[in-house]
Amino acid sequence: MHSRPMIGYARVSKSFGPTKAVDDVSLDIAEGEFVAVVGSSGSGKTTLLRLANRLIEVDGGTITVEGEDVHNIDPVALRRRIGYVFQSGGLFPHLSVADNIGITPKLLGAPAADIVTRVDELLELVQLDRSAHRDRLPETLSGGQRQRVGVARALAARPRIVLMDEPFGALDPLTRDALGEDFRELHRKLGLTTVMITHDMTEAILLADRIAVMRSGTLLAQGTPAELTESGDDYVLELLRTPRRQVERLNALLPRSGAA
Amino acid sequence: MSFIGDPRWGEALSHLPDYLGNHVRVSLAALALGLIVSLPLAILTRNRPAPRGILLALASIVQTVPGLALLALFYPLLLAAASVSLALFGASFSAFGFLPAMLALALYSMLPVLRNGITGLNGIDPALIEATKGVGMTARQSLVMVELPLALPVMMAGIRTAAVWVIGTATLSTPIGQTSLGNYIFAGLQTQNWVFVLSGCVASALLALAVDQLLGLIENGLRLRSRLRSGLGAAGILALVAATLVPWMARSSPGYVVGAKTFAEQYVLSALLRERLQASGLPATARSGLGSSVIFQALKAGDIDLYVDYSGTLWANQLHRTDIKPRAELLAELKASLAKENVTLLGELGFENAYALVMPKQRAEALGIHSIADLVGHASTMSIAGDYEFFSRPEWAALQKAYGLQFRAQRQMQPDFMYAAVASGEIDVIAGYTSDGLIAKYDLVVLDDPRNAIPPYDAILLLAPKRTGDEQLQAALKPLLGKIDIATMREANLRAAGNDATSSPDVVAKWLWEKIGKR
Repeated sequence: MHSRPMIGYARVSKSFGPTKAVDDVSLDIAEGEFVAVVGSSGSGKTTLLRLANRLIEVDGGTITVEGEDVHNIDPVALRRRIGYVFQSGGLFPHLSVADNIGITPKLLGAPAADIVTRVDELLELVQLDRSAHRDRLPETLSGGQRQRVGVARALAARPRIVLMDEPFGALDPLTRDALGEDFRELHRKLGLTTVMITHDMTEAILLADRIAVMRSGTLLAQGTPAELTESGDDYVLELLRTPRRQVERLNALLPRSGAA
Repeated sequence: MSFIGDPRWGEALSHLPDYLGNHVRVSLAALALGLIVSLPLAILTRNRPAPRGILLALASIVQTVPGLALLALFYPLLLAAASVSLALFGASFSAFGFLPAMLALALYSMLPVLRNGITGLNGIDPALIEATKGVGMTARQSLVMVELPLALPVMMAGIRTAAVWVIGTATLSTPIGQTSLGNYIFAGLQTQNWVFVLSGCVASALLALAVDQLLGLIENGLRLRSRLRSGLGAAGILALVAATLVPWMARSSPGYVVGAKTFAEQYVLSALLRERLQASGLPATARSGLGSSVIFQALKAGDIDLYVDYSGTLWANQLHRTDIKPRAELLAELKASLAKENVTLLGELGFENAYALVMPKQRAEALGIHSIADLVGHASTMSIAGDYEFFSRPEWAALQKAYGLQFRAQRQMQPDFMYAAVASGEIDVIAGYTSDGLIAKYDLVVLDDPRNAIPPYDAILLLAPKRTGDEQLQAALKPLLGKIDIATMREANLRAAGNDATSSPDVVAKWLWEKIGKR
């Protein structure tokens, strides 16, 4: 693969009490890659993600970010240079949209005027109307709008890496589809390296360059969707078959024109 | 006379700047101290269940101590601390009034602030705490930028509760020497001046409401991030403090401070002493409603300059004597002992306010009871009532021992209600006071004490150590010595027990002086 991965997991383990959440996982994510980590709940995929920006600390193995062992980076500084999109937004309810988006630049000491300009840029980037949304509180936004703000917040300090924890899981299908594609476009345009957690193989296949499948803390398989079909693992194959079966049933049930 | 036109409203109003000002200062100082201690504790223990549990348990225990008792406890504590400080550093502080009141009230304010602070901080969605880390906040930034603002409404509710409690409880700081709106209530209850009682209650309720609303304004301002609102609220509270500080700073030296305990006779005598000092050109102010154990310590410490006590009280409470001596011997010994503490016993006023067993005259005559000795055969079917301290005093033990008295039941009562209770037959015998005007009013009789079980209680005038050589003061007071006989004092006390404008201590004191001044 490439000379130096943007994110490198080397034989990483993490236990919570007797449970091995992540068990001897090695995974390299190259610059500009969009990797989806797929697994059911309890598979260790969220733990794997949080180990990267030290929201959780490893028990064994090494994680590198841009070639540096994360253990040697101050966790606060590390998190400020990695964008993080939370499940259902994680927006601060007492702060306006603009203040939520501008929080990391503010923590980094950016001048107030620069933050204002940056927030406007980001609102445009995630396709929210500036004047209509800037000063609103998160509770007045729809789920999709909230997640757009969450994405804008993650991008505010111009990170090269974005981690996303089931970012579109709680949204209705139409919003989810639109948001997924919009983010995929942002990923490309900004040259980001993205790791996304999802339990939905369809979403992973549609958005990601590469997919890593986790089960009970171990990494079962990794590769492009096409490569995964070569996997000998029954669970992986079953995960891949499900979307196809659904498509076939949909095709049988719906008229071809698509106009229901 | 109409209720509205009652001149006692004017008198009540004239005390308002002093009482309200002191009340505001002590309450807000206590609240500020309580917040300074409680808020950091709430923040520090929010993620530590063990110390948090201990802290909340301690604060709850403090809360179960009645306000009056908590305030009373701080006085001896500080007194001890003051003497330790004097021994160690050669400097001391006044354990009287402001300091004990503020400390006790601050302690009282802690529970709601702590409990709501901790509840507010613990109630925040863990996903949001995770998000503060994810965006790159330090623990401190997370606290300041997210956790505290989100916990604010719950915390402010606790602070507002604490403010209302402190302002209400501050009315109980009068007996430990802190002037407050409680002065109206204590004086009013003792002299049956309902105008005063009402003034005290209404003023403290209005103050509590005002502070609560101002805190509410600050809360809204902080929540809506409106500098105008929070600024107005803070300005309101500052204005309240400033308004009470101006007359306080501008006031002239208080001159001689005359102490008084918490009953009507003491209010009248205090008014008489002040009136006499002022007539001699000596400025004088009152510190009234002081607890019986506080007042002597306050005199010794120089917080008050003079007051009237009773020989038997000091004999038992200060000299810790349980033996009983004839009047002259007891007085001489008392005078010598007090002199060792540099307290001057200037002389007796002429009457005695002793404990005495009292019952309705008609019933006593019907049963052929003239003295306590005659009571012995009837006691086992009778009930007796005394004030809050009587049954734990040596006089009661002495009475039981000397006469072998055993009553069917004994009850503790507010002294004012005791006389009415015995007159109505609800109680058979009471331990009353010989100088009480109600004895004549209710047609009661004082039973003789042929075995001299009860020590003498001569009213005596005491001067603080710093007034030992003050000849001007002594000259102004000398005309009172030996002039007030028991009948005169009873009549004065009866007048003071009335519920109208002529029953105010000042008016009764004037009447008293007119009566005895010519003697």
